[in-house]
Amino acid sequence: MKTLNLTCIGCPLGCQLTVEMDGKEVVGVSGNTCKNGEKYAHKELTNPTRIVTSTVRVTGGTLPVVSVKTASDIPKGKINQCVTELKEVQIPAPVIIGQTIIADVAHTGISVIATKNIPKK
Amino acid sequence: MKPYDLVIIGGGPAGLAAAVSARNAGIRDILILERDAELGGILNQCIHNGFGLHTFKEELTGPEYASRFIAQVQELGIDYKLNTMVLDLAKDKTVTAMNRTDGLFQLHPKAVILAMGCRERPRGALNIPGTRPAGIYTAGTAQRLVNMEGLLPGRKVVILGSGDIGLIMARRMTLEGAEVKVVAELMPYSGGLKRNIVQCLDDFGIPLKLSHTVIDIQGKDRVEGITLARVEQGKPVPGTEEFYECDTLLLSCGLIPENELSRGAGVNLNPVTKGPTVNESLETSIPGVFAAGNVLHVHDLVDYVSEEAAAAGVHAADFILKGGESPAQALAIHCQGGVRYSVPVSVRPDCLTADDSVTIRFRVDNIYKNQRIAVYAGENRIFSKKRNVLAPGEMETIHLKAASILENRDAAGLILKLEDA
Amino acid sequence: MYDVIIIGAGVSGCAIARELSRCKGNFLVVEREEDVCCGTSKANSAIVHAGYDAPQGTLMASLNVQGSRMMPKLAQELDFHYQNIGSLVVMTKDQDPADLQRLYENGLANGVENLRIVEQEELRQMEPHIAPDAVAALYAPTAAIVCPFGLTYALAENAAKNGVVFQFDTEVTGIEAVQGGWKLTTSKGTLETKVVVNAAGVYADQLHNMVSDDQMTIVPRRGDYFLLDRTCQGYVNHTIFQLPTKLGKGVLVTPTVHGNTIVGPTAIDTEDKDCTATTQQGLDQIRSKVNLSVKDLPLSQTITSFAGLRAHDTRHRFTIEETAPGFVDCAGIESPGLSCSPAIGVMVADMINHILHLQENPNFDGTRKGILDPKVLSFEDRSKLIAENPAYGTVVCRCETITEGEIIDAIHRTPGARSIDGVKRRTRAGMGRCQGGFCSPKVMEIIARELNIPFREVTKSGGKSKLIVGTNKDQL
Repeated sequence: MKTLNLTCIGCPLGCQLTVEMDGKEVVGVSGNTCKNGEKYAHKELTNPTRIVTSTVRVTGGTLPVVSVKTASDIPKGKINQCVTELKEVQIPAPVIIGQTIIADVAHTGISVIATKNIPKK
Repeated sequence: MKPYDLVIIGGGPAGLAAAVSARNAGIRDILILERDAELGGILNQCIHNGFGLHTFKEELTGPEYASRFIAQVQELGIDYKLNTMVLDLAKDKTVTAMNRTDGLFQLHPKAVILAMGCRERPRGALNIPGTRPAGIYTAGTAQRLVNMEGLLPGRKVVILGSGDIGLIMARRMTLEGAEVKVVAELMPYSGGLKRNIVQCLDDFGIPLKLSHTVIDIQGKDRVEGITLARVEQGKPVPGTEEFYECDTLLLSCGLIPENELSRGAGVNLNPVTKGPTVNESLETSIPGVFAAGNVLHVHDLVDYVSEEAAAAGVHAADFILKGGESPAQALAIHCQGGVRYSVPVSVRPDCLTADDSVTIRFRVDNIYKNQRIAVYAGENRIFSKKRNVLAPGEMETIHLKAASILENRDAAGLILKLEDA
Repeated sequence: MYDVIIIGAGVSGCAIARELSRCKGNFLVVEREEDVCCGTSKANSAIVHAGYDAPQGTLMASLNVQGSRMMPKLAQELDFHYQNIGSLVVMTKDQDPADLQRLYENGLANGVENLRIVEQEELRQMEPHIAPDAVAALYAPTAAIVCPFGLTYALAENAAKNGVVFQFDTEVTGIEAVQGGWKLTTSKGTLETKVVVNAAGVYADQLHNMVSDDQMTIVPRRGDYFLLDRTCQGYVNHTIFQLPTKLGKGVLVTPTVHGNTIVGPTAIDTEDKDCTATTQQGLDQIRSKVNLSVKDLPLSQTITSFAGLRAHDTRHRFTIEETAPGFVDCAGIESPGLSCSPAIGVMVADMINHILHLQENPNFDGTRKGILDPKVLSFEDRSKLIAENPAYGTVVCRCETITEGEIIDAIHRTPGARSIDGVKRRTRAGMGRCQGGFCSPKVMEIIARELNIPFREVTKSGGKSKLIVGTNKDQL
């Protein structure tokens, strides 16, 4: 049995979690305020994931870039591949919030979507 | 220009939420004055996620959060003027403003809501010795350049200050291809949220050096390096100097409410928060002038800004609809035992009804463990809540039952403090 | 071949250029930096000394008194900020009144008008925040404050208006006598001229030593300063000096023409002629000394700290003379150089005229209008201005309320602003309490647009001081 300390990133509360591990298996989580803390601990120690936010280039818009995010969290190990794929993207204005920028980023099956409206210039 | 009952100065999260709630409370003629080219304020450059968990029960990015409020403002047909700078607010609530199309103009509203937000503490205020080359930015300036213009202000970065914008920018710069060498924090604790230390620094192996500061900046034209040193009792410790080669220094050393207009109007300011002193209705020392959001005190979460601003909108609507007779009696809130300040600073019992609740927001001055937040009216403890950890980086909110204040309306004042649990 | 090349576009060089432009000729000012007013002239106490300080009989003394007398009229002609607020040299209770008396008498001998010693009670009326230990002061009503940038730009613009050409980013690396004049080797090729004026500030010794056996050494003497927010306006009403002690000159506290308060300087001799870095020790020195004259000065209201270099000749004197035929030195111009500058301009122009016998410039126009400040206009006039030119309706710098119209004006002047700092010194955009945090990107946009250069090429202060190094993900 092994005990680990984690900070939950589920919300700004940042609960300090104490996780008991039996080998690679999470057997107990404490310190969390809500259910998400327990979920986070399991995920973080087996398959950590993050939402990635970044920018992609826009042509003909009121701003030269638009902010984007992964529609849901992707494996931590895929973050670099995700931003590298975003580097190659360039979309014409107008861009609408929620618009798909990449349908399946870094073979995760998860899309990257725009998070801001960029009207045409 | 048509007359307006309510003028809201600032179209960021506070101004937008205040406008929506004032409209819903029955005020028709509302005008938002925004100095930027779009509504949304600083949220437009905060492209990271983590906004809206309280307000919308989902995790949004800054621009998405802003867009929800902007949509409401537009659906409600609330007027706003962009690229418009308010030059002066007078004691009689005359607002003087300016833009390219209307030129210089004056408004005489019945009520004003201050929602100007805050600004970052610049290098000058920090008195960091050294040269003054290009490459020194506040984290917010860098954030705007990277997130809205797609431009990199630097490639090898040191960040001073572990406020949330600094932490967020450590991750942003890294993901855009820059190398963030270290984040230094003068205090023995971080000024940012714990989750941001995990997902912005730890995820990328960026070291956080607590009790460290920049003691020298080198480079004539452009930053070439900085020297960090450990700090004890506010002084750099000789022999602990470490040189970091870098081309950029980002500063995330605190936010200051932007109260030049408030000061000009003669609004009383709180020396601790640098924001106006307000009563339970979020009304400043000038009747009919209300304040909400970061202009009032620096918040940690935008959700609380929206909540506070919505309340200010309701109170301003009340003021406009019922006229502004202010009852004389007010109970001052005294902060003690680790509590740095409170918003509001006073409560007027005559403005409460028994089933109201009074929201008090505050911050503590250090990291505390196993404490009880307590409010006393004279000898009577009228509120108590246990908290395992309190930190200066996080804003605390409590809700007092109005009934408990009304029962103690003859007390000399209220005392807000921390006690050992 | 030029008639005259002035090396250095500081306040001395620009004052000389402006006086010279009263005559017909082919005049060039060369400057190693990207703009006017980039060396000693940009970082100093921003005051016009009355002239009691320099020893009687010295060139420094006479130029100071003359310069101080010329300044008010010049400010009117050239439209720069100047305020005749007077100065006080404060003596504390453990100092010798004879020292104050000596200063007073030296001032009288130098010809400074209306000097007098004020005693404790009057002093406290004049300055309510004077230190408890202050017992008397030398009051010089003719002392004043000036915007050093405003003064230097005004001189430069007026010189340019009358035909003087300015060439920037040009460093003079060599000088040799040729038939009928001098050949200058510069970072931008060679230049020939009949007369050279060496107004190169902290570098003047290097040029001087290229033509003279009488070796000169100019030690850059660093002065650190604090600049306080306008919220401190009114804390002091005069320029407040400290009567020098055995330990040194003390620090001054003075209002600026824009309502800020300046505190400093230190006097730290350095070797590096480029190093305007402040140091912890320097800033601490000011903190500890200021209390001698002013009590509880709110240093917490500092909006920036900075350092400037004074061109201190180890012999502590101005060298204004024809060192070699056709080579005129204007060297060692340390404090009170700013105060002396109008007089230096006249003196050097006269010397050149003596050499070249120039003809009068019949088209000389000695007036110049500064950048229009819409804040001083009435409501109606300001509205009219915005209607005519909407750029005056867009506020770019929020702290100082500087509009796009003012910034465009600054960029299109001759010589005009080409960098963030150039705009800042001309318009005060970025000079306020946020120190450009909000407006820098916007100012960069305006510079890029008006000068038709890529946004990424805009610099903070010329040279390699690029503000943007790339685009997102360009090196991923």
